[in-house]
Amino acid sequence: MSITVKDVQHVAKLARLQLSPEEEATFTEQMNAILQYAEKLNELDTENVKPTTHVLQVSNVMRDDIVKESLSQEEALLNAPEDEDGHFKVPAVLE
Amino acid sequence: MSLFQYRLPELHNMLHSKELSVSELTEQSLAAISERDGKVHAFLTLNEEGARQSARALDDKLASGAARGLLFGLPAGIKDNIVTKGLRTTCASKFLDNFQPIYDATVVSKLRQADAVTIGKLNMDEFAMGGSNENSAYAAVRNPWNLEHVPGGSSGGSAAAVAAGEVLFALGSDTGGSIRQPASYCGVVGLKPTYGLVSRYGLVAFASSLDQIGPLTRNVEDSAYVLQAIAGYDAQDSTSAKVDIPDYLSALTGDVSGLRIGVPKEYIGEGVDASVRETVLSALKVLEGLGAVWEEVSLPHTEYAVATYYLLASSEASSNLARFDGVRYGVRVDEGGGLLDLYHNSRSRGFGPEVKRRIMLGTYALSSGYYDAYYLKAQKVRTLIKQDFDEVFKKYDVIIGPTAPTTAFKLGSQTEDPLTMYLNDILTIPVNLAGIPAVSIPCGFAGGLPVGLQIIGKEFDESTVLRVAHAFEQNTDYHKERPQL
Repeated sequence: MSITVKDVQHVAKLARLQLSPEEEATFTEQMNAILQYAEKLNELDTENVKPTTHVLQVSNVMRDDIVKESLSQEEALLNAPEDEDGHFKVPAVLE
Repeated sequence: MSLFQYRLPELHNMLHSKELSVSELTEQSLAAISERDGKVHAFLTLNEEGARQSARALDDKLASGAARGLLFGLPAGIKDNIVTKGLRTTCASKFLDNFQPIYDATVVSKLRQADAVTIGKLNMDEFAMGGSNENSAYAAVRNPWNLEHVPGGSSGGSAAAVAAGEVLFALGSDTGGSIRQPASYCGVVGLKPTYGLVSRYGLVAFASSLDQIGPLTRNVEDSAYVLQAIAGYDAQDSTSAKVDIPDYLSALTGDVSGLRIGVPKEYIGEGVDASVRETVLSALKVLEGLGAVWEEVSLPHTEYAVATYYLLASSEASSNLARFDGVRYGVRVDEGGGLLDLYHNSRSRGFGPEVKRRIMLGTYALSSGYYDAYYLKAQKVRTLIKQDFDEVFKKYDVIIGPTAPTTAFKLGSQTEDPLTMYLNDILTIPVNLAGIPAVSIPCGFAGGLPVGLQIIGKEFDESTVLRVAHAFEQNTDYHKERPQL
């Protein structure tokens, strides 16, 4: 299976990346090489193998539902590139 | 005379007995950085004033007779993907060029509680993605043993700062070998603890199921010393393990008689430089001389580890890095379009090529129609890789091999070929996939560059890993060699 520039453009859209035509060409070539290498995994029969999503046997870590102090509005907005009246500011979403 | 010749426990005692002040030690670290870092480029942000202030406060604390922490007065460098309150944290990315964290990572709080002095933030591959430190958006770190060579990645700044004698210890992070491989290239000790032993709270996530924070030091005793201070359960990290923390220093007995070592044939076979193989085999003879026994074993799925890793790590990275959107922090490129344009432009300008490549690969592997073929398949192969280790550990106490197939390569020699670069991590990656601990220690030189010996242990058995490393170190002098800068 090989991927085309069109596939790369589609993936870039999903990944919220704007690629230049040069980047599209380079990534097409490099991703093909890497994915071709990944085909190696198909040599293995994994029909009855359970996937390992995590090495630790932990599940559903919960804490008590206790009210705790949270970040102040000022702290939360400290690194915001743009803010207004205590909110993160973004361009208009609705026309 | 340089204070950096002493081990951390020795310095601790010297500070304790007032033979030395924290301010003096801090000044020596700052002076070494000012003298050498122009060549090495290990630091991204120097906390000069903050370090001096902490040093004065600690000297006052000593004078007042108050209780002192384990790392009292010891100068530390911190990899720049571990957040530090009020001290710029960039992940070596233009995306976070001006990012000022509003809280400390748990490991940083632990260093503070242990009275260490934070000297500054260390250079790395952007978002910890890379094996050579050439992916830093600021400067490529140079190997202190030969400035034309890479220090390894992604904790290259951490390894180089320790090797160059700029700080006494550093923290790094290891996702596929990012502590051990630079430790190997720079001739220092790098420990990747068992997944879950050290809290990841405040570590900027790359691949959450693989990332682990650990120390880079000049010798094994120092490594045990730092691990003691940073290990432990943390409720802030849902993947933190609830295990008892042993006394790692008392594990360093020097005794390895009767120890059973497995040496995977895949780790000393084809693809491993002859000089590296010879150096590692000589190291095994040292352990043999101390009464350990070694036999060749097999980890049959080793050849599948790199492909498995890049699919899993890239998938997790694409998901973790989705939060970088130019709205709440970091770079924002607003050219008057809508919100979607803002996302696209901010991410495209903020991320470097390696990060984009991995986001693309991960997004593809997780996308509709390909999930089973790539991501799920890789998770299943991960099970097989873990089972390989389980099988060997039924009979052996540790697994030993080289840390990397070669010594540090020349800057720029592999940048055009990501796949070749990825294959440098073939001997470290399986350990992350299995979540087990491993240390890299200096075991010799090849062509004037350090060679690293990798000692891999069972889950949460850092004590044995450190004991073996320490026994080797006690009977050799490689860790005492220093680069001429």
